[in-house]
Amino acid sequence: MGANAEPGPSAVVDTTDGGPAMRWVVTPLLAAFEPPMRWLQTKLGLRGLPYVFLLPTMAIFGLFSFLPALLNIYISFTGGASTILADRPFVGLRNYEALLACESIFVPKSCPVSGFGFWTGMWNTLLFAVIQVPIMTAVALATAIVLNREIRARGFWRALFFYPVMLSPVVVAVVWDWVLKRRGILNALMAEIAETRNALAAWGPLEMAAKIAALVVAAAIARRLWALRAKGAWAIPALVLCAGAAAWLVFAWDVRASVATQAWRPINWLADANSSWPFFWVVFVYTWSHLGFFMLILLAGLQAIPRDLYEAAEMDGTPKWRAFVRITVPLLMPTLLVVLVLSLIRAFQIFDEVYVLTGGGPGTATRMVIQEIYESAFVSDAKLYGVAAAASVLLAGVILVLTLVQLALTRRKAGA
Amino acid sequence: MERAIAFLTRTRNPGRVGWTDILAYAYLVLGVLLILAPVVWLFVSSFKSQRALIESDPRFLPYEQVTAVLPGSSRPVNLVEWTAPDGTTRVFAQLRLSGANVVLADPAKPDETFQVPRRDTRPHETVRARFENYSEPTLGGGAAGTFRFGLYFGNSVFVTVVATLMTLAISSMAAFALAKYRFAGRDVFMLLIVATLLMPATVILVPLFIVVKNFGMLDSLWGVIIPGAATPTGVFLLRQYMLTIPDELIEAARMDSASEWKIYYKIVLPLALPAIAVLAILSIIWRWNDFLWPLVVLSRSETFTLQLGLSSFKGEMLDATHYLLAMTVLTLLPVTFVFAFLQKYITTGIANTGMK
Repeated sequence: MGANAEPGPSAVVDTTDGGPAMRWVVTPLLAAFEPPMRWLQTKLGLRGLPYVFLLPTMAIFGLFSFLPALLNIYISFTGGASTILADRPFVGLRNYEALLACESIFVPKSCPVSGFGFWTGMWNTLLFAVIQVPIMTAVALATAIVLNREIRARGFWRALFFYPVMLSPVVVAVVWDWVLKRRGILNALMAEIAETRNALAAWGPLEMAAKIAALVVAAAIARRLWALRAKGAWAIPALVLCAGAAAWLVFAWDVRASVATQAWRPINWLADANSSWPFFWVVFVYTWSHLGFFMLILLAGLQAIPRDLYEAAEMDGTPKWRAFVRITVPLLMPTLLVVLVLSLIRAFQIFDEVYVLTGGGPGTATRMVIQEIYESAFVSDAKLYGVAAAASVLLAGVILVLTLVQLALTRRKAGA
Repeated sequence: MERAIAFLTRTRNPGRVGWTDILAYAYLVLGVLLILAPVVWLFVSSFKSQRALIESDPRFLPYEQVTAVLPGSSRPVNLVEWTAPDGTTRVFAQLRLSGANVVLADPAKPDETFQVPRRDTRPHETVRARFENYSEPTLGGGAAGTFRFGLYFGNSVFVTVVATLMTLAISSMAAFALAKYRFAGRDVFMLLIVATLLMPATVILVPLFIVVKNFGMLDSLWGVIIPGAATPTGVFLLRQYMLTIPDELIEAARMDSASEWKIYYKIVLPLALPAIAVLAILSIIWRWNDFLWPLVVLSRSETFTLQLGLSSFKGEMLDATHYLLAMTVLTLLPVTFVFAFLQKYITTGIANTGMK
């Protein structure tokens, strides 16, 4: 992943000894395997031994990754509720029909029952990915750029932004559920703000204070513009505009009306079926808890850009923003692409946070496709393993394409 | 003081704080507020009484109603603060309500009752952290019967520790083979391991469940531990690091007729310890926070991990918020401590592998 300003992994432990745990527990334990492994070495020779070392990992991958991947396709062509493969009748494409036999896949209501759930989940997931990925990438990039500046205590800030990544989805959901309840702290805070605004609106000298403040700000901007008048023709019109705005603020601005507000009516953020709030908070909470991870990758990418490029640009008198557009953006592009695709892959697999936070509700507003697969296979009484497997195959197709793109990008980046 | 201000305002260009610096710090402070405020709010709320939680008391500290047992009575009554018309405030016992009035009495003289308008009184409260929220579900007692914290905690620790040890052992062996041997099919193995990235548990949920069931590992912690023990991230992280260990060391050991196994655990493993530490931390976090796969495998509450216990507790116990919040704090504490002490290695480890 390129150079990093932090010490490499080698800083974790600076001795190779590993301390008493290594010396008294791990080493004797591993020494116990010495005789059988020595016997294997004499049997297989040096050529055969690497396969022995690979065996445990490959056995687990074989049994719990490759075998299921193949079985997935097979099960998607079978029906019934049995978990014994021999007892599952072959039904051909009927499971796929149950998912795809819609008049229009864009209208889940026109689908069979299983298709309704699947396409509802699919479109929700797609909507989630389309909204969440750009927001996450943008905020992670902004955070990484801020942290890449020469700020005090960078490690401290970076750790704080990363902290939510460490929390489990269940904990994250409990934390935010507690904040977002109808009688939770967010509604209390909003009510407090509304009250404060009304109290402010009733404050006697408010009008005068606000208008004087506006005049001071306008005067400061005007001074700056006046100083810039030699730089370009736009400064004088801007100055006129500034004066006009100041005049409007002083003579036409109804300060009290713009400060006063209605009393806050508590919103049931996570359960209000007549608004998009539940979906908004799902996006927000997910971004909140995963931002730090993508921020770290982008930060590593930023720190891999050679400093002397910026120094050279500075010596040429290049403005900061142009150095950003011409140096930072192109050199960060590979990392940015990896982050985009990686966050897209993850967004398509969203389940934990939403399941605990909203349970897919209200109604089906935040029901994602993994929840649909999970529930149709394991929660429903019908145990629709075949349909769930078919849905998984369709989802796996999407994730397969995305992952291949990501691997290609990572490889190109490593080669560049 | 002067030096403190100079320290705080020092920037890249001494003597000049640019507006971009101000913006940057404003962004950081805002971000940290947004990140820490909900967690801190959960933490302080977890010390409040169930009544304060139901009433959604928005105050920061945990307040509790003060009660007193009056002489000649066995039932405790609430104390209130009454502001008399002359502006003085004193504490009285609230005997009962009477329309818009309350009947008060001096706690020392409970027979001399008098009525005052209810709006002139406030509950007499004191700050008290309720550690019972923590002790009752963990040590027993109270109404926390259904949340068996000790059991769930034990299950989580077992899964985390055993799975991590297993991951470390088998990943380091595979990484050793891939980094230090030339053998037929090495590239095929590498490709196969990368290919497992295409099959996350989320998209092979049903067949994985059927495989695990046929192995008889359903409702057993081993069904959670074993399928996830091999991780492509772990193998590549360790292989990448082992490539930097000089081959001469291994050759020298072979000259001394050390067996290959001995080379693995006496030479390569200790030298790869930094990378193994990173993988250990990552694995502990993954396993401790794992949710979907345990949810599929474990259906009996005796086998629940902490995450499952917490999520089902959240679903069913609407009237035990105080326990839920306290147990959530206990669940996030271990990761928080691990993070506080090892954050530098965690963040570099993740930035270097780019995976999770």
